[in-house]
Amino acid sequence: MEALAGWNWELDGWIVLAGVLCAVAAALLGNFLVLRRMSMLGDAISHAVLPGLAAAFFLSGSRSSLPMFLGAVLVGVLTALFTEWIRGVGQVDEGASMGVVFTSLFALGLVLIVQAADHVDLDPGCVLYGAIELTPLDTVRVGGWELPRAVVMLGCVVVLNAAFVLLFFKELKISSFDPALATTVGFNARWMHYLLMILVAVTAVASFESVGNILVVAMLVVPAAAAYMLTDRLPRMIGLSVLLGAASAVAGHAGALVVPTWFGFQSTTTAGMMAVAAGLILLLAVAFGPRHGVVVKFVRRRQLSWSILAEDVVGLLYRLDERGRQPRPNREALREMLLADRLTLWLVLAWLRHRGEVVIAADAVLLTPRGAARAQGLVRSHRLWELYLVSEVGVDAERIHDKAERLEHFTDLGLREQLSAATNTPRIDPHGSPIPAEHAGEESGGAPAN
Amino acid sequence: MTANGSSQVPLSIDDLTVAYHRKPVLWDVSLDVPAGSLVGVVGPNGAGKSTLLKAVMDLIPRASGRIRVFGKSYRQQRQRVGYVPQRESVDWDFPVDALDVVTMGLYRQVGWCWPVRARHRRAALAALDRVGIAELARRQISQLSGGQQQRTFLARALVQDADLYLMDEPFAAVDAATERAIIEILRGMKQQGKTAVVVHHDLQTVPDYFDYVVLLNMRVVAHGDVRDVFTPENLHRTYGGRLTLLEEVSEAMRRRERSL
Repeated sequence: MEALAGWNWELDGWIVLAGVLCAVAAALLGNFLVLRRMSMLGDAISHAVLPGLAAAFFLSGSRSSLPMFLGAVLVGVLTALFTEWIRGVGQVDEGASMGVVFTSLFALGLVLIVQAADHVDLDPGCVLYGAIELTPLDTVRVGGWELPRAVVMLGCVVVLNAAFVLLFFKELKISSFDPALATTVGFNARWMHYLLMILVAVTAVASFESVGNILVVAMLVVPAAAAYMLTDRLPRMIGLSVLLGAASAVAGHAGALVVPTWFGFQSTTTAGMMAVAAGLILLLAVAFGPRHGVVVKFVRRRQLSWSILAEDVVGLLYRLDERGRQPRPNREALREMLLADRLTLWLVLAWLRHRGEVVIAADAVLLTPRGAARAQGLVRSHRLWELYLVSEVGVDAERIHDKAERLEHFTDLGLREQLSAATNTPRIDPHGSPIPAEHAGEESGGAPAN
Repeated sequence: MTANGSSQVPLSIDDLTVAYHRKPVLWDVSLDVPAGSLVGVVGPNGAGKSTLLKAVMDLIPRASGRIRVFGKSYRQQRQRVGYVPQRESVDWDFPVDALDVVTMGLYRQVGWCWPVRARHRRAALAALDRVGIAELARRQISQLSGGQQQRTFLARALVQDADLYLMDEPFAAVDAATERAIIEILRGMKQQGKTAVVVHHDLQTVPDYFDYVVLLNMRVVAHGDVRDVFTPENLHRTYGGRLTLLEEVSEAMRRRERSL
């Protein structure tokens, strides 16, 4: 990590801090954009503010911050208004109308800026990529301290956004979840929407100058989307998105210094690398999220299919024993009867042996008493279901086996007792096989057969 | 029937017309809902049943018409009206639990910018208990069954403690136990003198569940006491085809407009 040896808290510390502040400010609002399914709006607004910057420059004739800031925010809010308006008038969906509005405004902005470029250094490239690396150079004096301007500005935005989310937490929640209800209980959902849009525009514009467009667009969406994968509680989601955003800012700057050296280059753009880091975090969240994660879902499905196969194994052995079939099946015979692949069956048998439900003696797979008890419950479920399907549901007798085969794996003791009661505690299933008792040794069935 | 603006009448609608892009969805709807009754709104798909409720609450613009809630405008009486939207109208993957959803019914009482306090949560929990799912209060809402989700919505309406309830298909796709629970709660509301206007799709249960019925198909075909109005002839008039001539003329209007 010799690339990090050149880490200088005076410089790198400020750069990371600017990145973290931008990430936190954007992530706070991003949660509500993601939940309202309008993640694109952050992108749209941050592109569309360009003509606002240019127009403010033309009108005020200076590059001083305040008029530019106001102009940009104004156009940002107009983007949200136009989007709503075109959606209503043109009867197109939100995405399409957003696409029309922001590309037009962005293009207009570019034209204006290029017009202005002869007179002033208002550079589109700088606006897009920002100049986060230059953060420490542009400073202002605040109360006796010499602080980078970007850090002061973004710090103010973080405070503003945090105050907004804390104060209007409940209003944001209800108007995002159920706008109709929000309006009927007196919190006008449309006003909340525009308030949120104003703050998105403020955040975009403030981040814009210092850290660039790409970073703020990424941070408006990615940390919140990642947090959404990891939790199903809103306060936790907001907290997590802030942490993930900050973490990707730190990791991004370190990455920008370190990663290019692996390939023999100097450091790369910090803002871009921060966005890449956020993307990687999202990828991890999508893969390993506890409830919706791809890996977790895959493992859960596997587990279910293995446990079903395990039950099929003990059930099959039980039925073979019942018919007194000799010789006892070996693994290969089991594999053919259950149509399982070798590896899966090997795993499942190993697990069953570990649980003491089967033993393998002289190549034959045998049920232990413990395995037999479990199998008895399964076979009982199966046959009770067959009976129930025929007598209560009226399914054709030829078609009941497959259905019962599925249902038996999801039937516990309580459900079995209900089934037994619903079918008058039977002893024989529709195929003429005896229905085993709930516990081994007990006389099967209650009512005497006549 | 002339609309009665008296403060005794929970909901009075006069000459209500709603149109989407000049295509009328509701046309000249006038009716008075009697106090303390369970009102079923019945009609075929696309008859404008949900639109009627939404138009009453100013959620969609009206082309014309006057709405009176207990003798005043809806805006003035908002706190006396509880709304149960269709279950599909919200995103059930939203990261909140059942208790959160019910508490939303109390947000007006909580007030702007104030956090939800313990007594609000207690009230919400009591409402969940009344609909029989108090033990699921902390469950994320996508993990509730369809019936439990509907009960959550109902609990949210209960905590609002309104005098007039507008419910959009609360019985749609719920299990039998939930259906019984809902109707019991509706009857409890009625005993307290509250009024519920319920969009309903199952014709068989109308005479059991409701004592007043509105047969709707773009306009009010008939409304009144279930015993008088819920007749085969009226049902035939409601379900026996749309107002084809009215649709034709509105289509002609739109063609004319396009050719201008």
